Amino acid sequence: MEAAEIFNLLKSVFNEGIMELKTDVPVAPFIIVSADKINAVSLFLRDEDTLQFDSLSCLSGVDYDKDNLASVYHLYSFVHNHKITIKVIVPKDNPLVQSVYDVWATAEWHEREAFDMMGLKYENHPDPRRILCPDDWEGHPLRKDYKVQEFYKGMKVPY
Amino acid sequence: MAELKTDEMVINMGPQHPSTHGVLRLELLLDGEIVENVKPHIGYLHRCFEKHCEAMTYPQVIPYTDRLDYVNAMSNELGYAIAIEKLLGIEVPERVEYIRVIMAELQRIASHLVAIGTYGNDTGAFTPFLYCFIDREKVLELFEMTCGARMLYNYIWVGGLSHDIPDGFVKKTKEFIKYFRPKIKQLNDLLTFNKIFIERTINIGILPADVAINAGASGPTLRGSGVKFDLRKNDPYSVYHKFDFDIPIGKGELGTVGDCWDRYMVRVREMEESLKIVEQAIDNIPEGDVTSAIPKRIKPVAGEIYSRTEVPKGELGYYIISDGSLNPYRVKVRSPSFVHLSLMNQISRGYMLADVVLVLGSFDVVLGEIDR
Amino acid sequence: MENYFVTIFGNNLLAFILIPTAILIYVAVFALYAVLAERKVSAFMQDRIGPNRTGKWGLLQTIMDVVKLMQKEFVAPEFADKGLYNMAPFVVFVATFMGYAVLPFSQIFIGADLNLGLFYFFAITSLGVMGLLMAGWSSHNKYSLYGAMRSVAQIVSYEIPTALSALVVVMIAGTLSMQEIVTSQQGGIQNWYILGGPGGISKLIIIPFMAIAALILFISTLAETNRTPFDIPEADSELVAGVHLEYSGMKFAMFFMAEYAQMFAVSAIVATLFFGGWQSPFGDMIPFLNAPVVQVIWFLIKGLFFVFVQIWLRWTLPRVRVDQLMTMCWKYFIPISLVNIFIIGLYLVL
Repeated sequence: MEAAEIFNLLKSVFNEGIMELKTDVPVAPFIIVSADKINAVSLFLRDEDTLQFDSLSCLSGVDYDKDNLASVYHLYSFVHNHKITIKVIVPKDNPLVQSVYDVWATAEWHEREAFDMMGLKYENHPDPRRILCPDDWEGHPLRKDYKVQEFYKGMKVPY
Repeated sequence: MAELKTDEMVINMGPQHPSTHGVLRLELLLDGEIVENVKPHIGYLHRCFEKHCEAMTYPQVIPYTDRLDYVNAMSNELGYAIAIEKLLGIEVPERVEYIRVIMAELQRIASHLVAIGTYGNDTGAFTPFLYCFIDREKVLELFEMTCGARMLYNYIWVGGLSHDIPDGFVKKTKEFIKYFRPKIKQLNDLLTFNKIFIERTINIGILPADVAINAGASGPTLRGSGVKFDLRKNDPYSVYHKFDFDIPIGKGELGTVGDCWDRYMVRVREMEESLKIVEQAIDNIPEGDVTSAIPKRIKPVAGEIYSRTEVPKGELGYYIISDGSLNPYRVKVRSPSFVHLSLMNQISRGYMLADVVLVLGSFDVVLGEIDR
Repeated sequence: MENYFVTIFGNNLLAFILIPTAILIYVAVFALYAVLAERKVSAFMQDRIGPNRTGKWGLLQTIMDVVKLMQKEFVAPEFADKGLYNMAPFVVFVATFMGYAVLPFSQIFIGADLNLGLFYFFAITSLGVMGLLMAGWSSHNKYSLYGAMRSVAQIVSYEIPTALSALVVVMIAGTLSMQEIVTSQQGGIQNWYILGGPGGISKLIIIPFMAIAALILFISTLAETNRTPFDIPEADSELVAGVHLEYSGMKFAMFFMAEYAQMFAVSAIVATLFFGGWQSPFGDMIPFLNAPVVQVIWFLIKGLFFVFVQIWLRWTLPRVRVDQLMTMCWKYFIPISLVNIFIIGLYLVL
C-alpha cells in the first residue's frame, strides 16, 4: 500500500491523532502522529489486515528542530512487503511519547536508546533506564544543545 | 531438621569474560544451573559514533562505519554508501556494483567464519576455531591486495571505490573459491555433525518465527527460525537481482525449528551461497572506471532516508537526515546485533548456564555495533 | 617389593624416602613434558608450530613456565577462607600422588604392592574431590563455587562406572593386588584382559564384554580427570577456569601438576587392568623384552599412549553439558557396567 492510502486509512480511523502526511520530502514520505495516539495507531498498523506492519525496522530519536524532538518509526510488513515512516513530534520541554514496546518487542531497547541519547520519555516503558551511557550520566548526548558535564565521579570529562 | 533455605544466585558474566564476544556484561539469575533471568548490560564500548558523524562531512564518516562491526567492515561501508547514493540520487557504474558485491560476499564468508569458529570455541572445541581463521586469512589476503588494509578498509566510497581491483585479483579469487569449497565439508565433518556438538546446540534457545519477526530479528537469526527472508532478494539493492542464489533457512532437521543449531547451520549454508554469487560475478565484471561517479562535493538536499542492507549479522539500517549542509544532521545506525541481543532474556530463560553462552554465540553479536 | 629396596639401600628409612622421591621426580618431569606435548600435539593438529623458541623444539618451554610461576606473587582474594584456600592445591596433588604408590611400573618397582591395591587407588584418588571442593568454596568466587560443585558431582558419579568396569577384571583375576593382576596376564598379548585374559577357547565369548568394560573405564576416567569432553568443571567458555580461577603462581601449578599426574595415573590403570601393565606383548618369546628395566618402558609406552589419546580427544571434541554428562553416567554407563558384570559372572560360574 502506498503512503497516501495508508494515511487516508489512518485518518478515517483515528482522525485527530493523525496530523499530517508529508510527501514532498526526499526520499520517502512520512506520516506525523500525535504523541498520545501512537500506541493505538501502532496496534492498528500491526493488526489491520490490509496493513500488517509486523516488524519495526528501526526506532530513532531525532533532535527535530529548535523546540522539538521526534521519535521516528520505520515500519515494514513481511506479509505485504511495504514500508512506512511514522513520526511523533514532541516539544523539548515535555518530551512525552507513548511506548510501543507491547506492539513490537524490539521497541523496548530502541526506546531506551532514544531516551538515553535524546531524552525522549516513553510512557509505560517497562525498563526506563539508560542503555549506553552510565546510569548517572547527565544530559542527553545527541541533542544539538548538549553540553558535556564537567566532572563525572571526580574525573574530568572534556579532555 | 529445619529445611535449608535456598536462594537464587546472581552471577555477573563479563564485562571481561571469554565468551561474551567483547565487553558485554550479562547479569544472570541462577537457580543452581538453571537460568531464571538474563539482563544484558551494554555500553562499555560506546564511542559516540552517531555524535561524531554530525561533525564529519559525508565521506569522512566511512572509516567510522568500518569500526561498527569490525569483522565485517566492507558490508558496513556498502550500506552507508548506498544510503548516501540514494539520498543524492546518483547512479554508480556497473563495474563498481560488481566489485562491491564480490567484496560484500567475500566479507560475508569471512564474517561467518569468525561466527562459526567462535561458536565452536563456545562449545569447547578449540580446533575448528583455528581452522576457520586459516580460511578467513585467505579472504583477508584478497582484501589486503585490493586496498592494503586487512580489517578496516575504507574501500567502498560514495559513488565508487577508492581503488580498482589489482591485477591478479580475479585469478586469486577463483583459486580461493576452489580452495574453500572442500573446506566447508571439512568443517561440517569436524564440527557441524559432531554428535556432542549437535547434542549441545539442538533444542536450546528456540526462537519461534512470530517472536522473531515481532522482535525485529533479521539475517541468519530470522532465517534460522524458518522465515525465508533476505534483503538481497526481498528488497534488492546493488546488482543482487542479477545473481542466482538460494536463501537457506532453518528446518529443524535435528531438533526444533529456530534452535541454535539451525541458526548455526544457516551460516554454514550461506557461505556456500556466497561462493556461488562470487563465482557468478567474478567472470562478468564489466569494464569501466571505478572512480568516475564519485561526486566532487557531497551535499545532499535537505531530506532523510532509511536504507537497509543485508550484512552477515542481519539487517543493517542507516537512518540519515540531511539538512542541506556538508555534514549529516543525524546518523542513526540500526544494528542487527543490538536487536538480537535484546532477545537474549526471552529465549535463554529456563535453559542451563552453559546454554546461555551458546545462545549468545548463535546470534553472533559484535559489541562494536551494539554500543557504536 | 619393599624388601627389595630395603636390601638395595640397606636401610628402611632411606628406602621409604627414596622410592617416593623417585616417583615424585617422575611425576614432575612427566607433568612438565606432558604440558609441552599437549601444546605440541595441539599445534600439530591445528596447523601451527607450537612453542619453539625456548630450547631446541621448545624443549625448555615448560621449565621456563615453571620458573616464571615460581617467581609469581601469591595473590589471594580478600575474603577467601585462607586456611582452606592455601591447603586445597596440596590436598589435590597429594591425593593424586598417593595413588602412584600402587602403580606397578615393573615387576620389582612398585611403591607398595598392597593386596587391596586397586581399591586403595580408587579410594585415595577420590580424596582429590575434597581438595577441589575446598578450593571452590574457599576462593569466595561464584565461578569457582560452580566449578567445584560440578566437579564433585561429576567425579563422585563417575567413580561408580569406573569401579564397576574395573571389577570385571578383578572378578576374572580373583585379586585386587595390582601386581597380581599384571602377573596373571603373563604370556603375551593374547592373555591381556582386553582379549579376555588367560584361558581356553571359551574366552572368545567374553572379549566383546571386556572391550566394553575397557571403553567405559577409559571414558569414565577421562571424566574423573576433568578432561575434554568432560571438562565442565573448568569450562573456560562459561566458568572461565572453574576452581583454579583465584589461584596464581605455584598454587596454580600444583593444580596443573595434579591434573597431569592424574592423567597418567588413570592411563596407567587402564593399561594395567586391560593391556597387560608392564608385560611385553611378545610374552616370553623374547626374554630380553621382559627384563625389569624394559618392563618399565613397556609400562610407560602403554600409559603414555593413553595420555596421548586424552590429548587427542581434547583437541577434537566439544564439551558436553552437565546434564548430558550425568545422563550418560547414570542412564548408560552404570546399567551397561552392571550387565557386563552379570555376564562375566555367568561366564565364570559356568
